[in-house]
Amino acid sequence: MIGLDTVIEGVLLGGVYALFALGLSLIFGIMRLVNLAHGDLILLAAYLVLSVTTVLGIPLLVATLLVVVVMFVAGFALQRLVLERVLGDDILPPLLVTFGLSIVIQNGLLLVYGADSRRLQAGAFESSSVTLGGGLSIGLAPLTALLTAIVAVALLQLVFYRTSLGRAFRATSDNPQIAQLMGINERSVYAIAVGISLAVSVIAAITFGIRANFDPSIGPARLLYAFEAVIIGGLGSLWGTLVGGIVLGLAQTIGARINPEWQILSGHLAFLAVLMVRPRGLFPSRRP
Amino acid sequence: MLELKAVSKAFGAIVVAERIDLSLSSGEALGVIGPNGAGKSTLFNLITGMLRPDSGRVILDGRDITDLAPEDRCRAGIGRSFQIPLPFDHLSVFENLSVAALFGGGMGQAEAVQHCGRTLELTGLEAKANRPAGSLPLLDRKRLELARALATRPRTLLLDEIAGGLTEAECHELVETIRTIHAGGVGIIWIEHVVHALLAVVQRLVVLDFGRVVAQGVPAEVMRSSEVQTIYMGVPA
Repeated sequence: MIGLDTVIEGVLLGGVYALFALGLSLIFGIMRLVNLAHGDLILLAAYLVLSVTTVLGIPLLVATLLVVVVMFVAGFALQRLVLERVLGDDILPPLLVTFGLSIVIQNGLLLVYGADSRRLQAGAFESSSVTLGGGLSIGLAPLTALLTAIVAVALLQLVFYRTSLGRAFRATSDNPQIAQLMGINERSVYAIAVGISLAVSVIAAITFGIRANFDPSIGPARLLYAFEAVIIGGLGSLWGTLVGGIVLGLAQTIGARINPEWQILSGHLAFLAVLMVRPRGLFPSRRP
Repeated sequence: MLELKAVSKAFGAIVVAERIDLSLSSGEALGVIGPNGAGKSTLFNLITGMLRPDSGRVILDGRDITDLAPEDRCRAGIGRSFQIPLPFDHLSVFENLSVAALFGGGMGQAEAVQHCGRTLELTGLEAKANRPAGSLPLLDRKRLELARALATRPRTLLLDEIAGGLTEAECHELVETIRTIHAGGVGIIWIEHVVHALLAVVQRLVVLDFGRVVAQGVPAEVMRSSEVQTIYMGVPA
């Protein structure tokens, strides 16, 4: 039967999917860029954290901060040196470039780290749990993932609606040309947006890397879940993306409970169902 | 002082600006008229940097700004309102202004809040400060277009057919607002089909046709000139 434990498990899994999707949602919302390399960039971040913790022996928390900074700079540079050249009215060139980037990252990781599965080590944190009443207990790691996702969305909302950078993001999202005429440097705004997107991806990488094994080939599958979460939630809405992740997580867990082979399928079915009922997602914030 | 020196621009075979020489002394109000397609809006695009000229230079206060990006020209003191209002629909009226003041005007937070407050008052939008710009009716969208350009604290303000589509009373009110702005020392270039509104403000008039300056001078004389008669009344020169 589908009990409370299944629901809790689904919601917690949704936290991980939401974290995957946040960075994607962010840059789509601001610059209408569909980043096909998003999943692979998350993996790149996971491998960087792995290297920093195991090879350099730096504790996970410090490593996280370090890699967040590295990925922010990488995102800024990626936009200024590569993506900026292909962004425009035609959506095909950026799709092709990010698709190419995806292949480059996958093969680069394969070359450096090999095809073996890896996992991030978080010591006792991985297996500790919080006990609830009624014989239920919740794993600390997945709970932290969900809470992190909520905090991440709240912080990003705060940046969007309470800071001048956020106003610049929203103004540029509404009309980049006019934003420029109002003194906003569009190139910097976009570069910062991609930087933040990749910085958030590091958090996604860590929560995922502690929870499951990863190898260089799994980026595109993560991208697919992220896409589904963004679209279920509604394009351009960060809270929507969080809800989208949770809907996807719930659907997968409930499906798996009915029949273990149905986990992935039921996630996709839930996605299709939402698309049929609300083609613009649950919380659309943008005009079509 | 803003100067255009022999500025030309063509899209393929269509010449939209042909060796335009134009100058605006600081604090001057200049009107621009001409038939549709004469290159009036193109002129503004060349001044704001949305278009780069094929040849010629744009000079602001002695500084060559021809190669500056639009955002840098805004910061250098050029503000523009569009013929069709293009507010940031998902931002509130106040936020629309504050973006312009913070980034275009280079103001700090506190200064921006003050300046936006005054600008809202001047343009009669105080009561709607917190409404999403996308929900405003046409007249308020036009006011917002003007207010946002003012929020960047321009020394030269470009107005593109801002009086079009307004009632007589609204138009009168707008003229008063623009006079107040001009009296504050802001230089104005105003493209307008509603000629009586224009003549109530500007000191000098320029006539554009086929991307060329065909007449300029004191408004009353220009309006009587044979070029204007030819263009507007079909009277052969």
